[in-house]
Amino acid sequence: MPKKFKLFFNSNYFPLVVLVFIGALGWGASFALDSFVQLLLVYLVINMILASSLNLINGITGQFSLGHAGFMAIGAYSSAFLSLWLNRHFGLGENAPSLIFIVLALAAGASAGLAGYLVGLPSLRLKGDYLAVVTLGFSEIIRVVIINTNEIGGPRGFGGFLAPQSFLFSFTHALFWLVFCYFLIQRLLKSNLGRSFLSVREDEIAAESLGVDTTKTKVRAFVISSFFAGVAGSLFAHFVAYLTPQTFSFAKTVDIIIMVVLGGMGSLEGCLIAAVIVTLLPEALRPLQDLTGVDLRMLIYSLMLILVMILRPQGIYGILQSFKKRPGAK
Amino acid sequence: MQDLLQHLINGLSLGSIYALIALGYTMVYGVLQLINFAHSEVYMMGAFAAYYSASALNLEARPGVLSLMILLFVAIFFCSCLGVLIEFLAYRPLRKAPKINVLITAIGVSLFLQYSAQVFFGADPKVFPQVLENTTLFTFFDVPIKSLDLSVFVVTLVSMILLYLFIFFTKYGKALRAVSCQIQVAPLMGISVNRMISLTFVLGSSLAGVGSVLVGLKYPKIEPLMGLLFGMKAFVAAVLGGIGNIPGAVIGGLLMGLSEEMVVAYLSSTYRDALAFGLLIFILIFKPTGILGKNSAEKV
Repeated sequence: MPKKFKLFFNSNYFPLVVLVFIGALGWGASFALDSFVQLLLVYLVINMILASSLNLINGITGQFSLGHAGFMAIGAYSSAFLSLWLNRHFGLGENAPSLIFIVLALAAGASAGLAGYLVGLPSLRLKGDYLAVVTLGFSEIIRVVIINTNEIGGPRGFGGFLAPQSFLFSFTHALFWLVFCYFLIQRLLKSNLGRSFLSVREDEIAAESLGVDTTKTKVRAFVISSFFAGVAGSLFAHFVAYLTPQTFSFAKTVDIIIMVVLGGMGSLEGCLIAAVIVTLLPEALRPLQDLTGVDLRMLIYSLMLILVMILRPQGIYGILQSFKKRPGAK
Repeated sequence: MQDLLQHLINGLSLGSIYALIALGYTMVYGVLQLINFAHSEVYMMGAFAAYYSASALNLEARPGVLSLMILLFVAIFFCSCLGVLIEFLAYRPLRKAPKINVLITAIGVSLFLQYSAQVFFGADPKVFPQVLENTTLFTFFDVPIKSLDLSVFVVTLVSMILLYLFIFFTKYGKALRAVSCQIQVAPLMGISVNRMISLTFVLGSSLAGVGSVLVGLKYPKIEPLMGLLFGMKAFVAAVLGGIGNIPGAVIGGLLMGLSEEMVVAYLSSTYRDALAFGLLIFILIFKPTGILGKNSAEKV
């Protein structure tokens, strides 16, 4: 990479440039593409946020959470409920100001982050594999609670809350959060906190002996991760404008896990690429599915999990890196 | 009083099935330090194997102890083959990999079995053949003791005693305990670690097979997703008793079954699934090693 470009890549303006560039693409997309492709685009961005945030806990901090769909559900439902409440008290109606959705996303993130703190504090004191079961159990509890709560629709689903009218706004809003999430994690990795995340992953005992409070570090990673899961939930809720508890089942968590594992755990770019693959793969498989009449998606995903772990534990990003020439190599 | 006694009996019979499945988790954890997520799917597959063999042999027409024994044998055989196969294909190549990678593989195997079962057997629930008539054998303080509950309890008890005898009184059992105690030193004593790990999977999966037939008898609805929640609860039972500890798994399973039955009876049945995980979080906060587990300091 030329030096000038490298400087630009590391400058504070780079995230902004990325945002404007992809935003312009989205503006073009709002004219040029039909609504199905637009739907896929927004899902793609939301999935990328989910994958990046899960990567922070599963890849970078080396823990293993299976509850991301639960945090997403908390974000989605709290944001939807809050918007309904706002609408009732201030009568925003159809022409709700766009700013309100950003506030709602923040509130959703905060509530998911709080939930992450409450779940993480007891379970993160323990070894990684307990965390997997506790978080899986937590997301199941969330789903049971949602199904049994009548105020948010219960098993029937929850609708009738505020939703932005234009695709362009949904897309740029989601994009804003994606760029924010990506660059936050990227910058974080170069900070003191990020280094302690990595040290916890590499060797917990060594990290502790160097003065890293491992439990606190893990809880911090967990809270940031669930914050963004909540934000993604809020984006999802207001974009589809209708929520059902089934959306946030274990299968959703598995989708996100695949993105992180396939992309290469701990790699920021890898999980974005894998998010594209996992979002678009079902569409590519559709003809095959029509032909055979079986849902092959989850079969392929699960095989992928096993094979990636056995054959290529470093994931896609590892493949990409092996094509790149190492500096200094002849 | 009569109600309470009835709930106690139901809880014990459910709990003994939990204990059977929990033993599989705890044994694999004891040897490999791995939560074998695929264990619950082995149990599910066992139920389907028993279902299909029962309809092939037309066992429902001849209910009785003999039919039950045949089904148990089929399920044990099928499950232990499946368990060994899983270990050989998915876990053995990862013996030296980081723990999280093996965990992900285990989740992958579990999902793969779940969804291939949905493709091959269909997602709709099936009715498990009743190979044992559910008659009242005798009454105990005005509570009828049904033949199903009793046979569930007896079969569980017998398999646990067999397991106990095997682990503590045979040479293979000794080798198994050695591997579980120190996996690096065991091969120096002439023990083949890989063979012992396979043996662990055979034992755990056989118990899962027994459990699957018993569940099929008691709650005669089998479906590809039946393992997920049941397996998680059995795992919680194993943690409750102290993971890696064989008597602990039995105690944990019984406690789990009893407390679940009591919640359904006296609180609300909608929250029965949330109970297990609430319990797990509670244990992890106050006694992470479980009831019988010993606290071991981590050494560098």
